[in-house]
Amino acid sequence: MQFVWNWFRWLYGATGINLTVFYDPFDRARFASGFVMTVELSAVCILLSVVIGVLGAWIQGSRLRVARTVVYWYIQAFRNTPPLVQLYFFYFGLGSLLKGVGGSGPIVSNVTWAIVSLSFFAGAFNVEIFRSGIEAVPRTTIEAAESLGFSRLQTYLRIVFPLAFRISLPALNNNLVNLVKTTTLAYAIAVPEMLYVSSQVWSDELNVPEMMNVLLVCYFLLVGVLVYVMHRWERAIRVPGFGI
Amino acid sequence: MPEASTRPIVVVDDVHQSFGEVEVLKGVSFTVAKGGVVCIIGPSGSGKSTLLRCINGLVPIQRGSIRVASFDVHALRTDKEKIALRKEVSMVFQQYNLFPHKTALQNVMMAPIHVLREKPDEVRARAIALLTKVGLAAKQDAYPGELSGGQQQRVAIARSLAMRPEVMLFDEVTAALDPETVKEVLNTIRGLAQEGMTCILVTHEMRFAREIADEVHFTDGGRIVESAPPAELFDHPKVDRTRAFLSQVL
Ligand SMILES: Nc1ncnc2c1ncn2[C@@H]1O[C@H](COP(=O)(O)OP(=O)(O)O)[C@@H](O)[C@H]1O
Ligand SMILES: [Mg+2]
Repeated sequence: MQFVWNWFRWLYGATGINLTVFYDPFDRARFASGFVMTVELSAVCILLSVVIGVLGAWIQGSRLRVARTVVYWYIQAFRNTPPLVQLYFFYFGLGSLLKGVGGSGPIVSNVTWAIVSLSFFAGAFNVEIFRSGIEAVPRTTIEAAESLGFSRLQTYLRIVFPLAFRISLPALNNNLVNLVKTTTLAYAIAVPEMLYVSSQVWSDELNVPEMMNVLLVCYFLLVGVLVYVMHRWERAIRVPGFGI
Repeated sequence: MPEASTRPIVVVDDVHQSFGEVEVLKGVSFTVAKGGVVCIIGPSGSGKSTLLRCINGLVPIQRGSIRVASFDVHALRTDKEKIALRKEVSMVFQQYNLFPHKTALQNVMMAPIHVLREKPDEVRARAIALLTKVGLAAKQDAYPGELSGGQQQRVAIARSLAMRPEVMLFDEVTAALDPETVKEVLNTIRGLAQEGMTCILVTHEMRFAREIADEVHFTDGGRIVESAPPAELFDHPKVDRTRAFLSQVL
C-alpha cells in the first residue's frame, strides 16, 4: 500500500497534480471518514425511505380515511418542495425548537436530522412508487386470493406486495440512486460526509480541481455499485413469463 | 354419474344485489342438490358473474338469502366467517388468476398451507396428485407465464380442489381459451362432475351444458327467465327471450 501512496507523492512532484487524500495520512483519514459517512448516510436513508414507502403505500390502501389524508399531504409537502429547504426546515426549524426545550446542546445531531430529512424526502417518492406498483396488481388476482380464503393481511403480504415490489423495482432503483446523490446536501448542515470533508481538504491544500475529480469518481463508483447490486437483485427475483 | 341426492347444498332465494344505483340481480332463486351440476347461461351483462361472486361471499347482497352447506352467506360479516365459507366453496375464474410469482405447484399448495394450516409435506403430496389428475404433473415447476391458457386454467382448477371444497363455481372458465384447449379443461370438469362434485357453471359451451347439467338456468337482465333440464330448455324453450338467445348462440 505504501508503494501506492508514494506513487501519488511522486505524481505531485512530477506533474503538480496534488492528490493529498492519497499520500497525506491526515487528509487520507478525513477523506476516508467522509466516504464512510456518505456510505452510512446512504444505507440508512435507503432503508428508512423504503420502510416509509411500504408503510405509506399500505396506509394509502387502508380504510382509515384520516391516515390516508395524512399520507397524501405528507407526499405533497415533500415532493413539491426542494430537498435543501426541507433539510433547513428540519435542522434550523425543528432543531432549534427542540434545543429551546432541552436547554444547552442540541438534542438531535445534525447527522440525525440529515437522516430524518433525506429519508422523508425519498420516502415520499417511494410511497408513490409502491402505490402505483400495488395498483398495477390486477384486481382479479386479489379476488382469487380472497376466494381461496386468504385474509386481507395474507393477501397483501403473500400476493400483492411481492408482485407490486417486482413491478416497482425499476422506479425504485432510480429514486434510490437519486437519494445517494442527494446525500451531498447534508453538506449544508455540516454533516462530515464526502463533499464536506473534501471542501475541508481543498481549503487547506488549495487543490480544488483535483478534489472535484476525486469526488466525481467516488460518487460514480458508489452509484455504480448500487445500480449493479439492484440489477442483480432485479434479475434474481424475476419471474419467468411475468412481463415486467 | 352418481344419483344426485335431493337435499340442496346451495339455496339461493330472492337475491337482490346492486352496485350503487344499478341493480344487477333482481330477485334470483334456485337450488342445487349435493352432487348436482347446474349451468347458468345468458347474455353478457345479465349478472352471471355477480351471482357466483355473491355465492362465494365476495360481494354482499342487499336482499334475499344464500345458504351454502351450513353457512348463511348473506349473514356473514367478519372476514373470519367469510374465510370459513370459502373453504367450502371454491371459484375458478375466466382469467385463471393464478399467482404469477409462484410455480404451478406452489399455486396449488399456498391456500392449504396458509389458510387451512396443513403440514407442507402432506399438502405437497396432495398437490402433486391434483396436478397429476389435471394432467400437469410434468409442469409442476413451471410459472404461470410459461403455461398455455388451458394449462393455467387446469392449474387453477387444481388450486381450487386443493381446498377440498363442497361446491365448485366456474365462471366462463373456457371463454378465454383457444378452441383446441377448451376440450382439455372441459374434460377436467366432466371428471369432477362424475366424481360427484357439486358444480355451478356459468358457460357459453351449450353442448357441454346439455351433456353435463342436471338443470340449466337462462338469465337475462338480473333475473332467471327460464329453468329446465337441458334437453327441455335447449330443445323446447318456453319463453321467447330464451328462444331468441339460443337461436343466436346455437
Ligand atoms: N364492481 C362492479 N361495479 C359496478 N358495476 C358492476 C361491477 N361488476 C359488475 N357490474 C355490472 O353488473 C352487471 C352484470 O355484470 P356481470 O355479473 O359481470 O355479468 P355477466 O357475468 O353476466 O356478463 C354489468 O352491467 C356490469 O357492468
Ligand atoms: Mg361474467
